[in-house]
Amino acid sequence: MSGAYEVVIGLEVHAQLLTRTKMFCGCSTVFGAAPNTQTCPVCQGMPGTLPVINRRAVEFGITTALAINCTVNADNRFARKHYYYPDMPKNYQISQYEEPLAVHGHLDIEVDGAARRIGIERLHLEEDVGKLIHEGSLETAQSSQVDFNRAGVPLMEIVSKPDIRTSEEAGAYLRGLRAIVVYLGVCDGNMEEGSMRCDANISLRLHGGELGTKVEVKNMNSFRNVQHALEYEIKRQTRALETGERIVQETRLWDPDKAQTVSMRSKEFAHDYRYFPEPDLPPLNIEPALIERLRESLPELPAARRQRFREVYVLNAHDAEVATQSRGLADYFEEAAKDSSNPKAIANWVLNEVLRVVPGDDEKAIRSCPVKPANLAGLVTLIEDGTISGKIAKDVFEKMYRSGEDARTIVLREGLTQVADAGALGAVVDGVLAEHAKVVEDYKAGKKAALGFLVGQVMKATAGKASPGVVNSLLAEKLSKL
Amino acid sequence: MAEPKITMKEVDHVARLARLALSDAEKERMRRELDGILSYIDKLRALDTEGVPPTSHAVPMTNVMREDEPAPSLPQADMLANAPDRSGEFFRVPRIIEE
Amino acid sequence: MLTDLTIHELAARFRRGDATPTQAAREYLDRIAALDSKVKAYLTVTGEAALARAAEADARFKSGTPRGPLDGVPLGLKDVFCTRGVRTTCGSKILEGFVPPYDATVVARLVRAGAVILGKLNMDEFAMGSSTENSAYFTTRNPWDLSRVPGGSSGGSAAAVAADLAAATLGTDTGGSIRQPAAFCGNVGLKPTYGRVSRFGLIAFASSLDQVGPFAKDVLDAALMLQAVAGHDPMDSTSAAIPVPDYAAELDGGVRGLRVGIPAEYFIEGLDAEVEAAVRAAVETLEGLGAKTESVSLPHTEYGLAAYYLIAPAECSSNLARYDGVKYGLRVPGARDLIDMYSRTRGAGFGTEVKRRVMLGTYALSAGYYDAYYGKAQKVRTLVQRDFQKAFERVDVIVAPTTPSVAFKMGERADPLSMYLNDVFTIPVNLAGLPGLSVPAGFTKSGLPIGLQVIGKAFDEATLLRTAKAYEAATRWHERKPGLAE
Repeated sequence: MSGAYEVVIGLEVHAQLLTRTKMFCGCSTVFGAAPNTQTCPVCQGMPGTLPVINRRAVEFGITTALAINCTVNADNRFARKHYYYPDMPKNYQISQYEEPLAVHGHLDIEVDGAARRIGIERLHLEEDVGKLIHEGSLETAQSSQVDFNRAGVPLMEIVSKPDIRTSEEAGAYLRGLRAIVVYLGVCDGNMEEGSMRCDANISLRLHGGELGTKVEVKNMNSFRNVQHALEYEIKRQTRALETGERIVQETRLWDPDKAQTVSMRSKEFAHDYRYFPEPDLPPLNIEPALIERLRESLPELPAARRQRFREVYVLNAHDAEVATQSRGLADYFEEAAKDSSNPKAIANWVLNEVLRVVPGDDEKAIRSCPVKPANLAGLVTLIEDGTISGKIAKDVFEKMYRSGEDARTIVLREGLTQVADAGALGAVVDGVLAEHAKVVEDYKAGKKAALGFLVGQVMKATAGKASPGVVNSLLAEKLSKL
Repeated sequence: MAEPKITMKEVDHVARLARLALSDAEKERMRRELDGILSYIDKLRALDTEGVPPTSHAVPMTNVMREDEPAPSLPQADMLANAPDRSGEFFRVPRIIEE
Repeated sequence: MLTDLTIHELAARFRRGDATPTQAAREYLDRIAALDSKVKAYLTVTGEAALARAAEADARFKSGTPRGPLDGVPLGLKDVFCTRGVRTTCGSKILEGFVPPYDATVVARLVRAGAVILGKLNMDEFAMGSSTENSAYFTTRNPWDLSRVPGGSSGGSAAAVAADLAAATLGTDTGGSIRQPAAFCGNVGLKPTYGRVSRFGLIAFASSLDQVGPFAKDVLDAALMLQAVAGHDPMDSTSAAIPVPDYAAELDGGVRGLRVGIPAEYFIEGLDAEVEAAVRAAVETLEGLGAKTESVSLPHTEYGLAAYYLIAPAECSSNLARYDGVKYGLRVPGARDLIDMYSRTRGAGFGTEVKRRVMLGTYALSAGYYDAYYGKAQKVRTLVQRDFQKAFERVDVIVAPTTPSVAFKMGERADPLSMYLNDVFTIPVNLAGLPGLSVPAGFTKSGLPIGLQVIGKAFDEATLLRTAKAYEAATRWHERKPGLAE
């Protein structure tokens, strides 16, 4: 750890918005089209073209801002940010600078039981750039290819205050932010695919001392990579400071194969972006009525829902987190648990069996599950009231998944009802004990494992339908008499 | 002579920002001409603009937006037709060296 | 000759069946072939397409279903407008082979109205200039004196109308680029209110100042052209959603009782004596027609030029950043790497004036200079706007010279600053976003045209046109034509 030094981390997240069309033109944002087929003169920056703001992108931005407790700037405007790069069709990006959409929010996180509030500096809208494909790596490529399909896709940039102090907090912040944008349906939060990206700014300072030199870290394409990269940087900067070395203000790229950050270029001087207000776009003036409408339409957010699951359904912290990882999953769980006497059991089934069989945790995938929430609840009820054993229930679940039927229908049709009658089972137990006298001897000699074998034999003889509880108590009773 | 409004170093810096290759002769001429223009523009400094809001848009308007409805993109061939260096379905550019 | 006629006269002939659009197109194309080597107005002539469009118009007139006043009328377009499938250079080498895959909105509107596009007209590169000497291709000549400039940046558009090489043309005005060439060439040139006409497809120079407008042989033609292109465009967020009146309807209302302002600051030392005399005579003519004139003050006029030469270059440096050899236009071969490619392409593809303004604009926006330059200029812009607002509380229109001089000889204004001073009377109008037009107001003793500028309130083009019409009817300067021998 850094000991004498306090770590100061700020995170910049770019989230691609789930609008149907781009930020400033009507081209589709659907992922995976052939190169340069989802472009038009506007998003390719052809001469004479002009941008027109996508209303839904603005509403998504406002909704997100409200969910992270920001103040929405009623008066906000777009600005041009200039730099030359082949993935930038106009060699300026239309973004927001002095008057962003929203400012001064916060996100509450929890790490090892400790709660922390991470401040959010600002949230603004901008357009994404195209994709560059290098022949090999950026360092060795003799040429690169450009695909502008992605150019112009709406981005929401969320900048945290430098309140984050550890790599774990960074992970928690990112997970919390992701959960919110996924819940709101404004972004699909997929870091691996690039629909959510994160850059970090990290510096070290002596406790109570002046801020250290900031290093920017990029190219971290998963939550895990963010944490690893930050851990590496903390170690690197600590070592440097301890040996009297000067920290260079620069941009470093995370190399996941080498598990280290590598200097990209010595950026002693900041870019001169030559910002000025976008003359092609009149400013925005967000009406209070719109803000209120969007605020009222906010769903229960992940943190609140997690809390409620812990209180009402008595789930532990971990289960509550997994159950609320997506709105679809949380809705499914709640639908199943609301009338159940054992929400904990429901949670186990949802988080283990249901999650195992659905193709994803998004709403569409969850809704596509053939096992409907009410039916899952029914299955759990049959276990609770002893109709079937837990083991049989797993089979029943598989059958429910394949047919979409409810549990009771399947159990009755296939005669899977648990046998719990002591008389009937007693006879079977006697038979097993008689057949396996040697094993009984082993058990009496002290081999406790022999009991498991005998239980197994009873289950086999009853095709798994014997109630394990009754079998165990019968065996215990009879063995003690032998 | 009055102090120059723009130095050669600044001309170099601005030319780099603007990605313009200028010959030495061009740079010197540019420096002189810009100097003259900037001196002329200096008369603005004398004007008191305290409390005057800037005008970014000649005719005030707000909230001009469009609905999130798809419009057809142009065919790939049309978009690539003017490419100075086309590589299949892509635009190709020379190697990128970070500055 | 059909090429002598105005749009409205031509339209009347078409309707009566005395002439067909194909005949008109042929005559114009023949005249271009014969004379344009002298005038050099056209960069690209689209003869085949023009005749095809004309034939379609013929059919419409024959079946009694013409589209409107512009149906079948041969027009020219400044090469600043994107025209689908037709080379568009913007007067620059950096766009030499560029063929847009789309039409500018105004082009689409003219085509929908049935107009026949004869070709693309020469201009100062990227609309930066006041003489068309900055075109990367060649300099257009003033039809009234071939050794003189036609003005700029829409020099080709003005010269074409003056030489009867098009019935009317479309140009653009950022600091005077319609009004000044109209004055130099003896046409009616109109710059509408900012936002009146769509900028979509107009290759941008200074986004907050550019406007599209017509060059015409008379005021009625200008009204008909404006009617065809004006109006809201959802593709241009700065276009106004204000209804378009019927400009021709009010044209003959006269100027009785009209309050006309004469700005004191526009009669400065350096104003050519003949220009001043013509403008003062024009004022008297208007008074004779019943207008009430009074002096107004626009105190920040002299600061307008300085503010413009910060705002326009700043916006242009940004708008021209996209010309980089990656997606369209020129790419200089043999570059070492990307940055080398950018710099060499832009260095070779842009002319001197463009480079100068890109440098000036980049400087004005750069770190540490924004507040002192661009920021300050935007505030001065507010002051210029307020000057006009105050004046328009007392008057309906403002009348002034369009330019301080008449057309000068080619090569005469080599120093950039002296060239910039050409626009001193036109620039404030762009800064304020107001409409302005230039109407012929006489000739110098040596036969060079003089322009009278009429400036109006926002979206009050109707009053401007009415004022110009009354003056035109009383003076008939527009009937004189340059003596261009075939």
